[in-house]
Amino acid sequence: MNEKVRKIVLPGEFLSFREGRKLGNYVYQEGEKVFSKVIGIPKILENCIDVIPLAGTYFPKIGDRVIGIVKNVEVSGWFVDINSPYLAFLPLSLAVSEYVDIFRVDLSKYYDVEDVIFCRISKVTKDKIVQVTMKDPEAKKLEGGVLMKITPTKVARLIGKGRSMINLLKEKTKCEILPGQNGVVWLKGDNLQKAIQAILMIERESHIYGLTEKIQKFLSGVNEKS
Amino acid sequence: MKKVEVLKDGKRIDGRGPLKMREIDVKLDIISRADGSAKFSFGNTVAIAACYGPRLLLPKHLQEEKGGIIRFRYNMAPFSVDERKSPGPDRRSIELSKVIKEALACSVFLEDFPRATLDVYVEILNADGSTRIASTNAASLAMASAGVPMRDLVCAISVGKIDDTLIVDLNGIEDNNSEADLSFGMLPSKDEVVLLQMDGRLTKEELLKLLDLAKENCLKIYELQKKVLKGKYGVEDVE
Repeated sequence: MNEKVRKIVLPGEFLSFREGRKLGNYVYQEGEKVFSKVIGIPKILENCIDVIPLAGTYFPKIGDRVIGIVKNVEVSGWFVDINSPYLAFLPLSLAVSEYVDIFRVDLSKYYDVEDVIFCRISKVTKDKIVQVTMKDPEAKKLEGGVLMKITPTKVARLIGKGRSMINLLKEKTKCEILPGQNGVVWLKGDNLQKAIQAILMIERESHIYGLTEKIQKFLSGVNEKS
Repeated sequence: MKKVEVLKDGKRIDGRGPLKMREIDVKLDIISRADGSAKFSFGNTVAIAACYGPRLLLPKHLQEEKGGIIRFRYNMAPFSVDERKSPGPDRRSIELSKVIKEALACSVFLEDFPRATLDVYVEILNADGSTRIASTNAASLAMASAGVPMRDLVCAISVGKIDDTLIVDLNGIEDNNSEADLSFGMLPSKDEVVLLQMDGRLTKEELLKLLDLAKENCLKIYELQKKVLKGKYGVEDVE
């Protein structure tokens, strides 16, 4: 392969000595030595050691903005599938600002089964009980459009530095694109197929240098043809 | 049973030297719907592994608050052996599933995913000895490829003794006619043994020698596993 590829580490590979630095979620320590837990790109900085995984399941973290699908309507809230091993609970108090009499009102009038919502993770306990909230400036119910799933760890690459990649995609394809940090991406617009192709390309080649230029070239080609 | 002459003039029945492994073939991502999958073959022994998860464990009473669990299934396809094997689990496959699962569990950070499960399924498509070894290697690759948090890759190899000669990587005929055979699995970069099963008789010296041989060959398999996993992302050199 000709493209320049970033260095990749495997589970159990030695990264560095700790030397008082902060450790990320995807590394572990044995003695003073720090090793990788997963296959990924090492990030060894002055103040922290971590690995950016290239594959894996999404594990919820407080503050993550995710796209979820409502799975159950309960008496006082909703269970939401957030593409992780754990269902998240959206309590009524964090979903609706008006007063709701739960004995009279059917909660499905707000969110029904299979509705798609963009929400924020507000609480994760040690046992991975997850709570989400709609009390966030960006939180909303997503109407129409399509959903696609990518490797959750590659969402950061899809957004790009200072949102450069996502803005490029939006501008060139004229689609509405909303990536959730759980790897679910919501798209709406006319040029969906090209947008999906570009997103899959980003997912496939996220570990290669100069990806933004490559995507730019790919999308420019799209515009010329259409 | 009539004894087959498996070692003649220092050569084994398939022409290998005593310390030579069979040809190894590894492929990743062979099952598109799995989170991670791998095929691992030692000569004619072919194992495919698929890894799903971590995903929510149901029924709920099986859930563990302190950590996740691994559900491992070792299964031999009916056509994998000379005489058709009746499908479904039997005493042997239940035992092997348990042994391999425990070897893999030594490496996985189960505490990272409480109440969840990691499902690993291995199918033996063709059996010619050392199937548990091929399964362990395939499962380890599938899990690493799926991004499961692990302490290290798991590498395994079989070693044994025939006519007072120590041999590496037993095939089916050797397995049936050996004086002793030993299945060995380890976490190579930690130098920890995670799988050790012996059948037959060995002296203490022979056992120690076999363990050294097994470790040496596990490291070779480890290098190969690293090469394949990095090769998936276009990295060719392995430091």
